[in-house]
Amino acid sequence: MSKEIPLWEVFIRSKNGLEHRHCGSLHAEDAEMALNNARDVYTRRNEGVSIWVVESKHITASNPQDSGELFEPAADKVYRHPTFYELPDELKHM
Amino acid sequence: MKPIRELNPQFLESKENKQHLIDYLLGVADNYLILAQRLGELCGHGPNLEPDIAITNISLDLLGQVRSFYQYISQIKGDGSTEDDIAFLRKEREYRSVLLVQQPNTDFAYVIARQFFFDVFNKMFLNALQQSADETLRALAFKGIKEASYHERFSGDWLKRLGDGTEESHDKAQKAVNDLWVFTDELFQVNESDSAMIDAGVAPDMLQLREYYYEKVENLLTEATLEVPEVPYFQKGGKNGLHSEYMGYILAEMQYMQRTYPNSKW
Repeated sequence: MSKEIPLWEVFIRSKNGLEHRHCGSLHAEDAEMALNNARDVYTRRNEGVSIWVVESKHITASNPQDSGELFEPAADKVYRHPTFYELPDELKHM
Repeated sequence: MKPIRELNPQFLESKENKQHLIDYLLGVADNYLILAQRLGELCGHGPNLEPDIAITNISLDLLGQVRSFYQYISQIKGDGSTEDDIAFLRKEREYRSVLLVQQPNTDFAYVIARQFFFDVFNKMFLNALQQSADETLRALAFKGIKEASYHERFSGDWLKRLGDGTEESHDKAQKAVNDLWVFTDELFQVNESDSAMIDAGVAPDMLQLREYYYEKVENLLTEATLEVPEVPYFQKGGKNGLHSEYMGYILAEMQYMQRTYPNSKW
């Protein structure tokens, strides 16, 4: 039965000011039901203040086979991290 | 809605008032207990993971509600009896739950229809109870209303989807609605203790909300493309302790632990 029910990805914002984070997936017939289910499955221990759901089929994912050309070129470019600057002492929280 | 008036502090010094209040509260709370037990039977048996968790959540919400009510009853009784005694050690005739909540989990449509019929009532009831002259009941109502609102949303949404879903889900939903409809009116039954508490301003007069209840329920049924059943009479009895054949089995399972291992705690 559950094979016919669409899959949804669930994103929860744990408190105001933080971003929504992906926390899992679930089955639901439609968006409203997906919200209800997300509330029941993922926020029953007080985990969230806001929920996003999106049907999984709408997510376009990168292909693991492409990871060589997509990600490896970045591996040897440490200079892209802004770690080569001298920070003034007055500057906190960087 | 009536404005809040405070209960006369001497009110509970009358033995008669006290007994009426206890009976009234049992009539409210036992519905939560028996429905929670029925829903609890489904733990691990849901059609799939999501409704399984949702239904168990609702069961636990209702158990939380009923504990507060039983604790309050044991406080009023003041005879040393605990919430456990009230929940587990009464005889069948002493339970005041309506017939609706005892009805079996025949299939998912029955579970949802039963829940919806109860949830609409419960939300209206807790809303009105916030005007009670009794401070504790006002607080309990205020605490419970959010949970009750979600329950109604859950069962209402599901009933719409079953009714307006496939031909099979529509037929099953219609059958459940037809079979359970006869039990809805008992929710509004007023006995002697209820009347006494309504007069004292402790209990809301739910009869005044009966029309609104059926309007709400019928609107949703129509939206769910389900037909509103017509019945020549409504079934009653549970509230007066005359239960359906299911009740004995429910209690046997529910009370087993406490009767086998007396004084064990929740």
